[in-house]
Amino acid sequence: MSQVGLATAAPVVRVSQGRRLRRRFLRRPMAVIGLVLVAAFVLLALVGPLVSGDPLAQDFGARLAPPSAHHLLGTDDLGRDVFARIAHGARVSLLAGVASTALAVVVGVPIGLGAGYFRGWLDSAIMRLNDVLLAFPFLIFAVGLAAILGASLRNVVLALAIAQLPSVIRITRGEALVLRDQDFVSGAVADGARPITIMFRYLLPNSLNALIVQATVAIPGAIIGEAALSFLGLGVQPPTPSWGVMLTTAQQFLAQAPQLAIFPGLMIALATLGFNLLGDGLRDVLDPRSH
Amino acid sequence: MSLLEVEDLRVTFTTEDGPVLAVKRMSFALESGEILALVGESGCGKSVTAMSIPRLLPTSGVEIEGAVRLGGRDLTALAERDLEALRGKEISVVFQEPMTSLNPAYTVGRQIVEVLRRHERLNSRKALDRAVELLELVGIPDARRRCDSYPHQLSGGMRQRVMIAIGVACNPKVLIADEPTTALDVTIQAGVLEVIANLRDTLGTAVVLITHDLGVVAKVADRVVVMYAGRSVEEAPVDSLFAAPQHPYTMGLIDALPSSALLRGTRRLEEIPGMVPPPTSDPDECEFAARCPRASARCTSARPALKVSEAEHRVACYHPGRKEVGRVS
Amino acid sequence: MGQFVVRRVLSSVVVLVLGSIVVFLGIRALPGDPALALAGESADPAVLAAIRRQYGLDQPWPIQYIHYVAQALQGNFGISTVDQIPVSQILAERIPVTLEIAFLAILVGILIGVPAGVISAVRQGKLADYVATGLGLVGLSVPHFWLGLLGIWIFAVHLRVLPASGFVGLAEDPVENLRRMVMPVLVLGTGLSAVLMRQSRSALLSQLSEDYVRTARAKGLPHRAQVRHALRNSLTTVTTVLGLQLGGLISGAVVTEQIFVIPGFGKLTVDAVLQRNYPVIEGVVLVTVSGYVVINLLVDLTYAWLNPRLRLTGGDS
Repeated sequence: MSQVGLATAAPVVRVSQGRRLRRRFLRRPMAVIGLVLVAAFVLLALVGPLVSGDPLAQDFGARLAPPSAHHLLGTDDLGRDVFARIAHGARVSLLAGVASTALAVVVGVPIGLGAGYFRGWLDSAIMRLNDVLLAFPFLIFAVGLAAILGASLRNVVLALAIAQLPSVIRITRGEALVLRDQDFVSGAVADGARPITIMFRYLLPNSLNALIVQATVAIPGAIIGEAALSFLGLGVQPPTPSWGVMLTTAQQFLAQAPQLAIFPGLMIALATLGFNLLGDGLRDVLDPRSH
Repeated sequence: MSLLEVEDLRVTFTTEDGPVLAVKRMSFALESGEILALVGESGCGKSVTAMSIPRLLPTSGVEIEGAVRLGGRDLTALAERDLEALRGKEISVVFQEPMTSLNPAYTVGRQIVEVLRRHERLNSRKALDRAVELLELVGIPDARRRCDSYPHQLSGGMRQRVMIAIGVACNPKVLIADEPTTALDVTIQAGVLEVIANLRDTLGTAVVLITHDLGVVAKVADRVVVMYAGRSVEEAPVDSLFAAPQHPYTMGLIDALPSSALLRGTRRLEEIPGMVPPPTSDPDECEFAARCPRASARCTSARPALKVSEAEHRVACYHPGRKEVGRVS
Repeated sequence: MGQFVVRRVLSSVVVLVLGSIVVFLGIRALPGDPALALAGESADPAVLAAIRRQYGLDQPWPIQYIHYVAQALQGNFGISTVDQIPVSQILAERIPVTLEIAFLAILVGILIGVPAGVISAVRQGKLADYVATGLGLVGLSVPHFWLGLLGIWIFAVHLRVLPASGFVGLAEDPVENLRRMVMPVLVLGTGLSAVLMRQSRSALLSQLSEDYVRTARAKGLPHRAQVRHALRNSLTTVTTVLGLQLGGLISGAVVTEQIFVIPGFGKLTVDAVLQRNYPVIEGVVLVTVSGYVVINLLVDLTYAWLNPRLRLTGGDS
């Protein structure tokens, strides 16, 4: 039919892709608020501990003290400065969130790419194993791991990473499956490019947007996960300051010193909210397909 | 007075990257019982033009200016409620994608009955009987049993027939068919076109047929409006358009037809060089000039208006008419 | 449909078998010799050997695994090392408590989350949408345990209208039981309703932009009827989401029970780990994994039933 000879309207590219994405991002006030919250959280984790003082130093004269000029956010039951503990807790929180997500990505991406690229029995096998992994609710897995390896930050990161693995694999595989059929990839295959080259040079860069969005969604989950495990006594162990550990203590002193519960919880909520807002914004800008 | 008159229609979309002028200034009329084809490349604004008649464009981010009169009544002045009473009753639409235009969760019968109950106030038994009649009318065998089918159980061609049945269920004055055969196999297309032509003959439904395919136009249309970059550049009865195309763009479209290549004795299809200009500006020039072999200084200094060239044949070009250069077909 | 059911059930069985192998290997990876643990530090080699033979610990691992599965299928998970009660008996006491909380929380989650999501999608860009979306984001970001602490601080410490903790069985005193369930259920239900709100909003929005809704509009159906078309197709997404949230719900229940000191499955889990009560941990993990797989199977079957494409052909999606 007649469509053969007709050129179609090409999309209009007037500004560079990066600038356009940035402009679209900046036009979303919620996303910008998210970015600011995340930046503040990262800043607190990196710089806070340098200026906050010792989170373990005990001031016996001031136990369960309310906020004051001397102790910005008050002190806990052992007279330790709450601001210092929050600042150090931010570091633990950020570490747990970022390290576990990074670990899941490093392990999951090659697996997902392989499944999507090779398909066939390898894909089926990987997806079945993924189902098995999914059959363990995160906390149950963390519990098992804490039982076998003991409770520590390292094991929390490990449990959180394993918990995230199935979604990283699923998303990477999905992207790879779609991209595999596109002309620029089939072209490279026809040219005799090695699978490893295709996976990492062609499939991975084009899956990045989806992965970035996934990571932004996963980090706040991991932050809450770390806090929950530490709250239960299955994660970071006292006296190391963690927001979850601080809340465990706070529960015993709710009547006398509610601020002990309010500040760490507020920090978790704000950090999580920041990542969630940022993730929503990035999804709108980078990965419009997912809508 | 014509059945449907579109006058100075302008449609602008607001997007994150600035306004898009999808339709810049369109005027045309549809007579009762006529099949009028809107033709052009993708992106020329033909679908947007058609969808703005019953105002089926998204409700936000769109600005529609100009007048659309059905039987003398200006639809652009109507409230959404009044439009709802009109859609499916006086103006119906058949969409391009038969695979996705039917609700996958409801049976075919239910989806036909729905429009009948909405506009005809039939009880459910009568509506069902009528649905069966309609399916027979559009050539679906074993219609009563088919009413209980879900869309995924039907082929693309069958689904498009169902869409047409829904479209003509309430005997509308105007049926808008937006690329009704584009998504179908070539062998199925003819049957669906025939159904549309038959409905015009039996029910007297006037049809606005949107297509990029001149082959389809030649088969069923009475009259043709050729669109380019959001405007109509040529308008003519179908025979006159094929026999003596006036606008260089129309000639390009006809030359791109495989049958034209056969006539020329070559196997290569003629292409129109270049691309449709971006729909972001509205310069005072002929927008085809950049791709036109005949373009002169005049073409880029002022836009040519749509003028009568012969009986019922109108063209917007300073240099109209068949090429003199010797290719006799 | 039949074909789909068979395939789906088979794949669940495969997941269960693989899952139980993981649990089995996990237990073998535990530090310490189980025979030594049973016999005591000072037992002589002959006693240890007898114990190994009695419990099949001298058999190769595949045999041990089969023995282990056979025992588990008969509901025999061993004996709690802390109070010498059979694990199956403990589980039977604790599971109903958690099921009650989970059931009520799902109810709260659906009753708040789905309507809020629908309103938000239908009134997209309007005030109601902003309020619902904002609350949804906050609900998603506030951790359970903090919400629980705030609840105790406000309702138990300050207003003194609800108890801070403790549990009364449903059979003993239904009214008191429900009164004590209010806070835990709301804490657990809030997060769920936030997730359901966001998911049903985006599911409905994406369905509303489908071609068939445009068809409904072209037929002259009013907005309400267009939404009804889209809603029918969004339901399937919501069921799936609910299935995916079960893991989160189990995790949430663990934390909630800990805060409100409710003797359910979750508290049992945490206590067992803190007390190194391995038979209980094993039973808890195995029961959770099986329950999870079975419920996800049910969710998928519901999904298929809601979706005529799968129901009628057993297609491949």
